[in-house]
Amino acid sequence: MEAALISPAKATVLGIPTVIFSLLIPLVGIGIFTYIIALRLKPLVKASSDPRLDRLPTRFLKMLKYAVGQYRHPRYKDAGIIHILLFAGFMILALRSITLVLLGISEGYLLPGMDGILGDIYAILKDYAGTFVLGACLAAMYRRIIIKPERYAVPAKYGKDHTWEAVLVLMLIMGLVTCDMVFEGSLGAAQIQKGLPPEVMAPMSGTWLAAHTLRFAPMDLLQTLHLGAYFSHELIFFFFLCFLPLGKHFHVITSLPNVFLMKLDKGTIKPVQWGVDDDQLDELESFGVKKFEDFTWKHMLDFYSCADCGRCSDNCPANAVGRPLSPRFISIKCRDYSFKSYPLKGKPVDGQPFIGNVLEEDEIWSCTTCGACEEECPLLIEYIDKIVDVRRGLVDDGMVPQSLQKPLNALEKRGNPYGKMEKKRADWTQDLPEDVTVKILEKKETANTLYFVDSITSYDDRIQEIGRATARVLTAAGIDFGILGPAERDSGHEVRRFGEEMLFQELRDRNTDAIVNTGVDHIVTADPHTFNALKHDYRDIPPVTHISQTLIECIQPGKLRLKPVEDPNKIYTYHDPCYLGRHNNIYDDPRSLIDAIPGIHRVEMAANCRDRSFCCGGGGLMLFYEPIEEKRMGQVRVEMAKAAGADVIVTACPFCMVNIEDAIKTSGLEGEMVAMDLVELIDRHMITEA
Amino acid sequence: MEILVCIKRAPDTSENEIEVNRDGTDIERDDLVYSVNEWDNYAVEEAIQIRDKVGGSVTVVTVGDDEDEEVVRREMAMGADHGLLLSDETFNGSDGRGISAILKAEVEKKKYDLILTGAQADDGAGQVGGMLAAMLDWPYASLVNLIELIDDKKIKVGREIAGGNQEMNEIDLPCVLSIQTGINEPRYVGIRGIRKVASLEIPVHSAGDLGIAPESVGETGARTKRIDYFVPELGEGAEILEGSTEEIIDKLFELLKTKGGLK
Amino acid sequence: MAQQVFAYIIHKDGVPDDTALEMIAAARRLDPDASVAAVVAGTGAKLDGVCNDLVSSFSEVWKIDNEALAYVNAEVLRSLLVRILPKDGIVLIPHEHFGMDLAPGLSIKLDAAYLPDAVDFEGVEDGKLKAVREEYTGQVSTHVHCDISQGAVITVRPGSFKADESKSAAGKIVDKTAEAMEGGLPGGARRFLEIVEAEVGDVDITKSDVLVSVGRGIEDEDNLEIIFDLAKAMGADVSCSRPIVDAKWLEKSRQVGTSGQTVKPKVYMALGISGAFQHVGGIKGAPFIIAINKNAKAPIFQVADVGIVEDILDFIPELTDRINEMKG
Repeated sequence: MEAALISPAKATVLGIPTVIFSLLIPLVGIGIFTYIIALRLKPLVKASSDPRLDRLPTRFLKMLKYAVGQYRHPRYKDAGIIHILLFAGFMILALRSITLVLLGISEGYLLPGMDGILGDIYAILKDYAGTFVLGACLAAMYRRIIIKPERYAVPAKYGKDHTWEAVLVLMLIMGLVTCDMVFEGSLGAAQIQKGLPPEVMAPMSGTWLAAHTLRFAPMDLLQTLHLGAYFSHELIFFFFLCFLPLGKHFHVITSLPNVFLMKLDKGTIKPVQWGVDDDQLDELESFGVKKFEDFTWKHMLDFYSCADCGRCSDNCPANAVGRPLSPRFISIKCRDYSFKSYPLKGKPVDGQPFIGNVLEEDEIWSCTTCGACEEECPLLIEYIDKIVDVRRGLVDDGMVPQSLQKPLNALEKRGNPYGKMEKKRADWTQDLPEDVTVKILEKKETANTLYFVDSITSYDDRIQEIGRATARVLTAAGIDFGILGPAERDSGHEVRRFGEEMLFQELRDRNTDAIVNTGVDHIVTADPHTFNALKHDYRDIPPVTHISQTLIECIQPGKLRLKPVEDPNKIYTYHDPCYLGRHNNIYDDPRSLIDAIPGIHRVEMAANCRDRSFCCGGGGLMLFYEPIEEKRMGQVRVEMAKAAGADVIVTACPFCMVNIEDAIKTSGLEGEMVAMDLVELIDRHMITEA
Repeated sequence: MEILVCIKRAPDTSENEIEVNRDGTDIERDDLVYSVNEWDNYAVEEAIQIRDKVGGSVTVVTVGDDEDEEVVRREMAMGADHGLLLSDETFNGSDGRGISAILKAEVEKKKYDLILTGAQADDGAGQVGGMLAAMLDWPYASLVNLIELIDDKKIKVGREIAGGNQEMNEIDLPCVLSIQTGINEPRYVGIRGIRKVASLEIPVHSAGDLGIAPESVGETGARTKRIDYFVPELGEGAEILEGSTEEIIDKLFELLKTKGGLK
Repeated sequence: MAQQVFAYIIHKDGVPDDTALEMIAAARRLDPDASVAAVVAGTGAKLDGVCNDLVSSFSEVWKIDNEALAYVNAEVLRSLLVRILPKDGIVLIPHEHFGMDLAPGLSIKLDAAYLPDAVDFEGVEDGKLKAVREEYTGQVSTHVHCDISQGAVITVRPGSFKADESKSAAGKIVDKTAEAMEGGLPGGARRFLEIVEAEVGDVDITKSDVLVSVGRGIEDEDNLEIIFDLAKAMGADVSCSRPIVDAKWLEKSRQVGTSGQTVKPKVYMALGISGAFQHVGGIKGAPFIIAINKNAKAPIFQVADVGIVEDILDFIPELTDRINEMKG
């Protein structure tokens, strides 16, 4: 078939066959790319192990859902739609890109199987893909340059603005699709002029428009455009390829693997070192992350994969209240540090210490481990494990803020952060009515269920009321339960997450022995931190449920009956605790429990409910830390409740209760708003046999 | 610089409820938890920071028996290079002078440049530092909240005095200083640190090793002895306002008006 | 008791410290018939002013007058005292920052018994003094026996003995300078440089009439707002106890106590303050003290005039509201 134009495979310019460039550009491009990738892999190869090849089918499905399916992207609608279009476009155009490279070497090249109807369908698809990619890029440019969404902004302390990087890449992408449109469009125009059968061009697509615009253009212009567009495309393509691993667009390459290798076990914390058992820990020279090379290879891959989208920091409660923590910049700073330490050419920038320079102590201690960042990240980047690892390093070197040393010492000596006496741990049970007895499960008392109370409920004056309400409710529901009493120690949930792994293990081991000795077959708790610890940090203990799960099962069969709401005029809202909601996916049971009260009027804090719940301020050791912040998280949350029109905030966590009640006072809303624990709410509405 | 820090094992006042026992001979010790005296911990941290700056070594020493060894170990986990336990039956019941005499005997076995103690301990006496200095004829400064090294012959110290002011002195080495809380931020010692030093050998020196005559120490040598513990009868104290919060606020408001509390 | 009793007098700007007259009361408690000699060191007109003031309270005023004592250095003073004091004398010294510097070493050089931080004396029998001390930051008291027969150095807690203002003595001034200086000026190993004054805060609480003082019961820095709101409503100034300053929640210039400021207000509200003696020791002039603390056993209720057992976090905002209401 006669070609309407000379293809890049056959042309000569200034006496040089252009096929040389068709070969050279890809070769050099791929060569440089390979070198860069090898350099990027270097620190990963030396890094500590991180087993991620278990449960392959699950991983594959998650990859399809999150990476290919872009499942999280629509959480920010506008950006989400744009990105889905760009990603779909990339996927579709991948074949075209390969074809184009080969077209420069062999005229009229088609990939195997593309010569028939399949090829035509693909040709149409790719034309529309290129067109909507162009549209998406223009929309994205507009957002970046004109709208400038807040979350992309770079606070001064983190350096210069990143907009140029985004705009450059958008322009490169637009260049790619435009060049292809011109390359093919010029050919189409030539074919039409010469009366040859034209390329398949999707009607109203960019390519089609290009062809029809060029329809009457002189032949040599078309030829020039054809070759020019081709080599421009190749240059842009391979430049882009090599540019990807140099910045945030590395995620284009690493996203699918990063999601495939994601952390599957929500709510857990990685061991100090994978492959090192608890009883071998004493032999380790050093704990935690003290320098960049101490991170695992997957964490390093996470740093590479950050797309700088800012969704994590936009949902980070610490960031929102002005604490020096922005998860996005942890990734960006570590990524940049890695690039500087393993530079493309020359020597690494002087060995700067990692902690204190790249990451700061206050930044690391500010995190409440609420998980909002991890819930939001479209690339499934993990933050909590990294922060815990850095904390482990700080603890190992004795660099613990004074405000945390006191409760840690108290936990070591007394098994609770308040330093109160062990023998008084069950004193809260003394103020109960006669018909409610709380068995202490040591010596001879036994029961089916263990109510694990934990430290704050045992010792805090206000929270003891939740303990008593729990005891009353469990009794009314006919559950045979007991508590560990003075033998109970703090569950150690925050001790682990604040980096004191060995103290956590001591607490865990003591509690495990005490639990196993009771012979119970089930554990219940009203404290989500305790729930998460027993469920994910402890091993070989009976199954554990949160009180909301236990009670909802008593409501349905009528074991627990509820009377109509005390005050029908009050509007209730439910605040999802981080360790019940995000970390354990328990969103519905507490809501069903509240709704089971006849006549209760409940509203949602629409933009910030369920997995977008806003952390109250943190629990456990976080209550003792003195952060640098502009406002308290609890105050922000109380304002959200007020905006939703609520009079009563129902919480299901003792730490949320402390933080929210405090915030109600300091926001001056005393009298206007009230915080109530879920169990207290049920306690007040229980119908007990008269 | 060779630094010696004198430490003491004491009940942690923040994690204990201190009560007198039934017969008034002691405080109720059954449920007490102990750690290193808070002031001494600041002193050890300061010593470690000085050593890290100019080299040398930090030795911690305590006078007591087996159960006191744990604080020596803890401070070694914190970073002290050596630990010593001075223990002997004849030491029991020593008063401040006795303890100081025992420490003096230890100090004379080696050449130290600086001796630190905490400004006070659980008995609130704050005496050992000053006594030890006088026995050694070394200069002394108490309630030190700042140390600046000048050279290997002298240092500059700040003392905490009234009104939040600081008294700056220059003092020749070797000297004795008693350290006030807040001079630094002591580093954390975790379980891991304690485990690392669990099997270290801590030398024990007895009266014989130190060449101490029993009559000068212990109960026999003590001129000040504690006889008993008691809780003093509370005087009348404040008039406690009763009633509902409303009523209390009313009464308080009136009082403030009459006493000139409201402007 | 045959031994002579001495009281070391601390002074500033030509005026004896409040503890001077407390020492007399302490000495009388020790031995009702004791004739007490004041010991004073310093120089020039300021020293003379102090001596003249003291003669009406002490039977003798021993003075050491030397330029080098313009700011008294404990190391220097100790050697001077050893030269002039009899070996079996009883020396009373206030238990504050200077006393803590001087007394322990002095007891060694005098080869005298040492009794630190005494809050009361209960008599002397067979050369043994029975005294009362406190331990564990004041949570318990103890009786101690001190063998004073060969001499003793006793530090006395400021404020535990009521100042003896009787001024019934007609003492004489004895110049001990020559005796003290025999052998030259001692103590060169420690040299006074200067006083670094505390940063002047925005408020001088030593001049305030009404103080709203906050302690650990406030629990969190962010809660301090309620204290400032109350102070504003009352037209008062805000002060605090040491833990608040240690935590860096308020400046040092707002700290009331022995290591902070001495205040003389008319009305003092102690909110969430336990009442440790180091704090109470900074309150002079017998103001009307109102204490609010959720712990009914807090020692502050012993020194306050009126007490309320409530959690300040709940109570104070309500009080502030009421005051603002009434102000209209």
